[in-house]
Amino acid sequence: MNKQLFLGDEAIAQAAIDAGLSGVYSYPGTPSTEITEYIQNAVKKEHIPFLHAVWCSNEKTALETALGMSYAGKRTLSCMKHVGLNVAADAFMNIAMSGINGGMIIVTADDPSMHSSQNEQDNRVYGNFAMIPVFEPSNQQEAYDMVYEGYDLSEKLGYPVLLRITTRMAHSRAGIVTRDRKPQNPVRLEKETKSKYILLPANARNRFKRLLEAQSAFLEASERSKYNCLSISPSPPEGGLLGIVACGLAFNYLQENFPNGFENPVLKISQYPLPKKQLLQLAEACDEILVLEDGFPVVEEQLKGYLGIGLKVHGRLDGTLQRDGELTPDKVRKALGMEVISPYSVPEIVAARPPALCAGCGHRDVYDALNEALKEYGDAKVFSDIGCYTLGALPPWQAIDSCIDMGASITMARGAADAGIFPSVAVIGDSTFTHSGMTGLLDCVNSNANVLIIISDNETTGMTGGQDSAATGRIHAICKGIGVHPDHLHAIVPLKKNHGEIKALIQKEIEYQGVSVIVPCRECIQTHARKVRQKS
Amino acid sequence: MKTDIILAGVGGQGILSIAAVIGEAALEDGLYMKQSEVHGMSQRGGDVQSHLRISDRPVASDLIPSGSADIIISLEPMEALRYLPYLKKDGWIVASSRPFENIPNYPDREKVMAEYNKLPHTVMLDVEQIAKDLGALRSGNVILLGAASPYLPIDFFKLENGIRSIFGRKGGDVVEMNLKALRAGAGGKV
Repeated sequence: MNKQLFLGDEAIAQAAIDAGLSGVYSYPGTPSTEITEYIQNAVKKEHIPFLHAVWCSNEKTALETALGMSYAGKRTLSCMKHVGLNVAADAFMNIAMSGINGGMIIVTADDPSMHSSQNEQDNRVYGNFAMIPVFEPSNQQEAYDMVYEGYDLSEKLGYPVLLRITTRMAHSRAGIVTRDRKPQNPVRLEKETKSKYILLPANARNRFKRLLEAQSAFLEASERSKYNCLSISPSPPEGGLLGIVACGLAFNYLQENFPNGFENPVLKISQYPLPKKQLLQLAEACDEILVLEDGFPVVEEQLKGYLGIGLKVHGRLDGTLQRDGELTPDKVRKALGMEVISPYSVPEIVAARPPALCAGCGHRDVYDALNEALKEYGDAKVFSDIGCYTLGALPPWQAIDSCIDMGASITMARGAADAGIFPSVAVIGDSTFTHSGMTGLLDCVNSNANVLIIISDNETTGMTGGQDSAATGRIHAICKGIGVHPDHLHAIVPLKKNHGEIKALIQKEIEYQGVSVIVPCRECIQTHARKVRQKS
Repeated sequence: MKTDIILAGVGGQGILSIAAVIGEAALEDGLYMKQSEVHGMSQRGGDVQSHLRISDRPVASDLIPSGSADIIISLEPMEALRYLPYLKKDGWIVASSRPFENIPNYPDREKVMAEYNKLPHTVMLDVEQIAKDLGALRSGNVILLGAASPYLPIDFFKLENGIRSIFGRKGGDVVEMNLKALRAGAGGKV
């Protein structure tokens, strides 16, 4: 068996291709980006016909596009970071109502410890919420196998499957054995589609009953899943017995601490809904249960509910494990009452080295000018957004006052302006603007809000490594179309030599009572350098 | 046999390429491996690290537990110290001696050196100078890999094959340059 070295993300991508994928629709977001990128590169390299691999304007448009392809009978994938599923949540919750035709896998890449995110939400909660099956691989090979086989399961059940990974799984490499490539599905419509996909109340009530009925099939799939394994030793240790539930990667951390095997009963869970049969067997065999899971205490809370029969359940809720942050082998070790030994500690002289905007980046010139322009207004507030330019929060600029979610800069600036904040400024990137900023701009125009909006355009989705931006070449036309007055819509090149001009323009537009948009536009120096390298 | 390696540096220095070369070589050797790395926000000039685990038995955790790394390979002297809690008592540090000062509060070099003097097994080399002498300015990472090679559980020629495989798509000149860099880092002994 020939093994190839794959990142978790790449294993997922390769598995989807091998399972006969016809379309991947995504929006970039760490740590999910490499899945779609890998498929794009494979399509180019191997000339795979009829496989669409594209970046969409946002996660919602991506997931809905995937549904359209599934409607036509083909296999489809949509990948996003955890907070991306919030954007796609409307589509997500209702795809669980309609169900699917061609197999559909939705990848949510969660980020416990917030390596590159604004929260650490655990999207297994979304799986429960929508009541669909969830996979949580414990290693890269499982990730591959789950996707490869997950399409069959999705088609058999008639529902999408949510694949939940974390940063650690996404960005860790291991040797993977791949399988034979399956052909893509032909276009193959279902016999009856309207009562399924037109979610008018009369149909929706039926679909919801169908979803409720399907739960027993989901449970059976989980109880029979090879990814959920219960091991109970025939001669368990004496005394009040502790059983372990280890979800996804947590299983590895348990193994790491017991390289020669663990004699207490262990239930490894990598597929949901929770395998009730095995959980009851575990509860039978133990006096206490410790739940090891990365993210929120999702399983722990459920066990406290349905095993509420005098059994003690330990985990993140009772402080046996830290409530926040990524799970590690050390945290599991401590939770099992063993000592963590470090012969050396971090010397005091070691200083933090936060990320920074690249030397030569256009956002730097924007913030240099903005800071100077605002000096004359003591109470200015700058609402910013998600992207490289969020680093304007750090020294030397410390130029921004907020970063909440994709698009919130423009809308917050409007609300603050309504409340009397002056000047009220928004700073947003080009890709974030087309992701979720355009609708906020329309709100501003409709209410003639007194805001200055700076769309710092680097012609790419920068922070995630330079993916296509849906906004490239279109920002001016979009703003004009939305109704920004042409006299208050400006383009400028963010370069040192234009510093004075940018500063003056910002001040002039602050003085205008209404919506102004300034678009400083210069290509990201990283994507520019890459293009130069590729040419040579 | 199990070897746990921490790779450290500053975003853009090329630690992920070293990880890829070792990983490729380990796989060719039929060994099991897991390698966890950092992408995204942290790559913008911030500190970056990778956990690389190689073993003749399947590797469980993607992360190295505290106190069990056999070696820290760092392209920057202060960055190696950041990961000391992972190092075994008798573990090694192989580091570039040239500080990367992109922060205002970078510690005095003497203080950094003093921390190294407290540790039993350290190897330091001026990777940038060697790279300059070789005319291989972009191969500092591979020079450091060469210096670390005596402490890795992988035959030198397999690391050379790893270089051929990882840099192959960049052309023969780049492969040759990096092979030269690898040998120079190893002290020209191999």
